[in-house]
Amino acid sequence: MINRSAARVAYKKKQKRKGAVVAALSSFFVLAALIILVPQTPGWEKVQASFFNGEILVSTFPSLLKAFLLDVAIFLWSLPAIALLGLLVALARDQKSPAMFPLRALAIGYTDIFRGVPVILTIFLIGFGIPGLGLPRPWNSPYIWGSVALVLTYSAYVAEVLRSGIESIHESQRNAGKSLGLSQRDTMRYIVLPQALRRVVPANMNMLVALQKDVALLSFIGPVEILRQAGVHKSLLANFTPYVGAAIIFLAVTVPATRYADYLLAKQHRERT
Amino acid sequence: MALERLKLKGVEKAFGDVPVLKGIDLSVKEGEMVCLIGSSGSGKSTLLRCINLLEPIDNGQIFFNDVDISEPGLDPQPVRQKIGMVFQSFNLFPHMSALQNVMLAPRRVFKEPKEQLLENVTALFEKFGLADRMHHYPDQLSGGQQQRVAIVRALAMNPLIMLFDEVTSALDPELIEEVLDVLRQLRLQGMTMILATHEIGFAREAADTVCMLDDGKIIEKASPDKLFTDPTEARTRQFLSSVLK
Repeated sequence: MINRSAARVAYKKKQKRKGAVVAALSSFFVLAALIILVPQTPGWEKVQASFFNGEILVSTFPSLLKAFLLDVAIFLWSLPAIALLGLLVALARDQKSPAMFPLRALAIGYTDIFRGVPVILTIFLIGFGIPGLGLPRPWNSPYIWGSVALVLTYSAYVAEVLRSGIESIHESQRNAGKSLGLSQRDTMRYIVLPQALRRVVPANMNMLVALQKDVALLSFIGPVEILRQAGVHKSLLANFTPYVGAAIIFLAVTVPATRYADYLLAKQHRERT
Repeated sequence: MALERLKLKGVEKAFGDVPVLKGIDLSVKEGEMVCLIGSSGSGKSTLLRCINLLEPIDNGQIFFNDVDISEPGLDPQPVRQKIGMVFQSFNLFPHMSALQNVMLAPRRVFKEPKEQLLENVTALFEKFGLADRMHHYPDQLSGGQQQRVAIVRALAMNPLIMLFDEVTSALDPELIEEVLDVLRQLRLQGMTMILATHEIGFAREAADTVCMLDDGKIIEKASPDKLFTDPTEARTRQFLSSVLK
């Protein structure tokens, strides 16, 4: 019998190398075409001057970065509130006893409403509406009510993600807990929730990315965060380059986070199959 | 005369319009081992789940230590603490080590001090040849080991009776014996047990009483010697000849 394994390995290697060369070549041609063709469009010089002005990018970038810290801060203090409220709503929706019906109904109504209204509308209604009640400082701050609007919206989404996680845990796990004489609460806390939370980590990573971007919506009700700061620069300099700078800063945060979420999802998929 | 641990009187259960148990009478004495045999769908699993109150029954009564545990509205938790159950698919908690699986319920239910409990649990692991597997997670254990951990988990609650629901059916043939050995050990200790099983050989060797279930009824109940060598019912003969060939 002839040993063909060496030949097979060599063939596989060759195939792999061939694939890499094709991918590199095709990427090169697409990129080259873009670089050569786009500047030949009639409006290119105008667009370049008003969106890709290197000088303006460099001069406005530090203040944009500083304004972005406010986005990060809003994101960071909203996060624990979203985790807590999302969990409470998910648990409320899981209540099956008749006495808990009002709680369950409330949770369902809550998730329906806040998932059904555009985020920007919620921010307007809460961010303008509640300070409009004539509350004293600091309780009329758009920072507070803008954050509250984000928390309410994102908790509704996170609650749904958690609930799907809880429901994905097989009934036999609950039965095993019950048969050991554990209370329903302990079964949820020690058996179902830990597994459910692990399962929904990738989905929640995507939520985080979306939240990080939506913080910029608060610019419409006052806080001078990165989007508003970019708008200020735009008005003063009559140039759109600061918006591109803001986009670059967002991408620097969201792209790694998105890649990581995808990596987690792929890993979870591998583990399950 | 041994104490009557468990007594079932006319137990009926239906899922929707489909009757699964059609009047089961059964009495299990302390230290007795009862084997339930019968084809799939005959009601063996459902019967065990009803005894453990995982399924409410529709009619009849279940007495555990002479107390009616089938009464509607009764808190099932304290009852389940005294009835151990082991499932066909092990149902270990995958996010916990074998030790954590076993410790969880006694810790939460009895609030036992950790050191004392750890000592008792370690002894159980050793007794069933699992001492070197205590810190493994379920997916690092073979099916036989997982099932033995599941048995240890139920035993850690010091149950008065153990229910085994086809505990060897999901195992590779070469792993079945190690689980049956655990059952033999429990038998020697005088544990009261009800076993739904397809292991006819084991039932014949170890059971005190064998019940043949068919279509939601116990159609024949006898000692293994009688039931396996000289069954009264034609249906039992037919079933035995189909599984023994």
